Amino acid sequence: MNSMHHSAIVILLLSNAVKAGTILLFPTIGEIFTERAGILNLGIEGMMLIGAFSGFMVSYITHNPYLGFMAGVLSGGIASLIHAFISITLRGNQIVSGLALTIFGAGFTTFYGQKWINMNLDVAPQNIQLPLLSKIPFVGTILFNQDIIVYSSYALVAVAWFILYKTTIGMNLRAVGENAKAANAMGINVYKTRYIWTFFGGLMAGAGGAYLTISYAPFWLDGITAGRGWIAIALVIFAMWDPLKAIFGAYLFGSINALQFQLQAQGTTIPSAILNMLPYLVTFIVIVLSSIIVKTKHIQPPKELGVPYSREEK
Amino acid sequence: MKRVVSIILVVTALIFAMDYTSNAKDAKLKAAFLYVGPHNDGGWSQSHNEGRLYLQKHMPDVETAYSETVPEGAPCEKIIRDYIHKGYNVIFGTSFGFMDSMYNVAKDYPDVKFEHCSGYKSRKNMGTYFGRMYQADYLAGLVAGMTTKSNYIGFVAPFPIPEVIREIDSFALGAQEVNPKVTVHVIWTNSWFNPIKERSASETFIANGADIIASGCDSPASIEGAKKAHIYAIGYDRDIHSKFPKTVLTSRVWHWGTFYTKVMQEIKNKTWTSAPYWGGLKDGIISLGKFGDNVPVNIKKYVAKKQKEIEEGKFKVFAGPIYNQQGKLMVKKGDELSDSKKLSLQWFVKGVVGTIPNN
Repeated sequence: MNSMHHSAIVILLLSNAVKAGTILLFPTIGEIFTERAGILNLGIEGMMLIGAFSGFMVSYITHNPYLGFMAGVLSGGIASLIHAFISITLRGNQIVSGLALTIFGAGFTTFYGQKWINMNLDVAPQNIQLPLLSKIPFVGTILFNQDIIVYSSYALVAVAWFILYKTTIGMNLRAVGENAKAANAMGINVYKTRYIWTFFGGLMAGAGGAYLTISYAPFWLDGITAGRGWIAIALVIFAMWDPLKAIFGAYLFGSINALQFQLQAQGTTIPSAILNMLPYLVTFIVIVLSSIIVKTKHIQPPKELGVPYSREEK
Repeated sequence: MKRVVSIILVVTALIFAMDYTSNAKDAKLKAAFLYVGPHNDGGWSQSHNEGRLYLQKHMPDVETAYSETVPEGAPCEKIIRDYIHKGYNVIFGTSFGFMDSMYNVAKDYPDVKFEHCSGYKSRKNMGTYFGRMYQADYLAGLVAGMTTKSNYIGFVAPFPIPEVIREIDSFALGAQEVNPKVTVHVIWTNSWFNPIKERSASETFIANGADIIASGCDSPASIEGAKKAHIYAIGYDRDIHSKFPKTVLTSRVWHWGTFYTKVMQEIKNKTWTSAPYWGGLKDGIISLGKFGDNVPVNIKKYVAKKQKEIEEGKFKVFAGPIYNQQGKLMVKKGDELSDSKKLSLQWFVKGVVGTIPNN
């Protein structure tokens, strides 16, 4: 096999890795904001499933993948309001509520998704070559010959970083996650802030799920997210609650996904069951490593993450 | 008072007797089918469901029911027992993983007939059935071997078990027969039905230069991948020509309906035995699907000739000499791999690039 051919393979695989990474990037960014505001939402997997299913359904009915994507985004957001209500208004246990949301999402979509199994989407977002940028050797074809949804995820990362660190909105939401009482004293509406960013987390989880069924698969299947929601939660820790770092984590996992198939196609002697396990195994390793780094570098998770807030308590 | 009680007793006894006699007289055949995937999976389970509908059409007096996405393993046992309690007297289990559950339940209900697809455990009331799909695989391999330009064929495979290894081997034997430069690359998805993995595997092959994708998995996802990349694919389970007329070269197709009707007819006539059934091309349980729009006449003719030889028993797919991946002679010239060795096949033939775990 000559080297020209080899690099062509790598480019194609990495370009697929970016697509696979995009599925994780949206929910990871969303959860970073939710957690920064002090709410832990373990319901990502459920919200992704809801977004995946409604996104697929609407794309199928309307023959418009972008309309479907918007529907997926919105349905993820609506699902997150369940968690917001329980954990913000009722001040319930966030871990239990998040898990319940995951179970609800899986059950709901399995039940209503039955007759949508094995239907084909005849529409999919098409790749668009960005002028100039796509001409950059190697990287250009990988990053800048993608569909609009992938491009929007690039923009999302930049905007997310800017909002979080460079605007009052970002400062306020971080304050709410660090010390809600102090934030309240500063005149920030803690409830409202938490509701908004939990809802945003839901929108993004829905986006990840919808991208999976509309562009990546494009199929609907029970439990199609296959644990990606949980990987996203791990990626939040890997990214140390920083949107810019999330992009590396997401693409790393996208590449591992592509790698397991590539190794097999080349006739590796590593058993396929182990290769299939790779993304989950790496999640485990990543969590351990980033926990160590978080400890040694004194990077803190939002201080009041998962702590219910009540204005009346003095 | 006494009179009232006795009347009630008599009436109850009569009801019971009537119920009993009506049961005995009726002895209505009720067949339950267990599918491992959704009944509309576009592949394996759908092919069995089409078989069930075929049976329903040809024997309207038989009542049928099905359960889909049945887990392989213990939970399956409960589903079978439920059917039996509801009065079902024939159980068709259509996946390998139902074997032990069926085998256990069959012991408790000697009057219920069990037919298990693709397994090897049987009882007096439990038979096994399967088709010699390797014959169609071989023919599909001939088509692929004559068509490929890149000599790189991708095979998306579910589990490394003999049934699947046999498919890959016979396919590669066919491709190698007409084109010794061909390599057949294997990716295991470790799942019967996982469209995402099947699609990813197919895309990986395409990135590596494959110009034909074959699949042993149960969804058409890998063929969707081939269609998008404008290359060819070999269908499996059902004839997918109508859905992918330009992409598909041919399909390897199951026809369970004829077998299900045969079994139910035998049970009705009380001639059924649990002898294993392993039909081939000539029995009609399997066939090659319609050729794709781009397959030239000379290939069709060659395949038809080979098919005739297989049906007449003049040509055996697993006749020697057959070499394994490492080039070691496994079947000598003049010999043929026995059926029992075919059923426990655990090695790849020459030309296959891939790994069987624990080997």
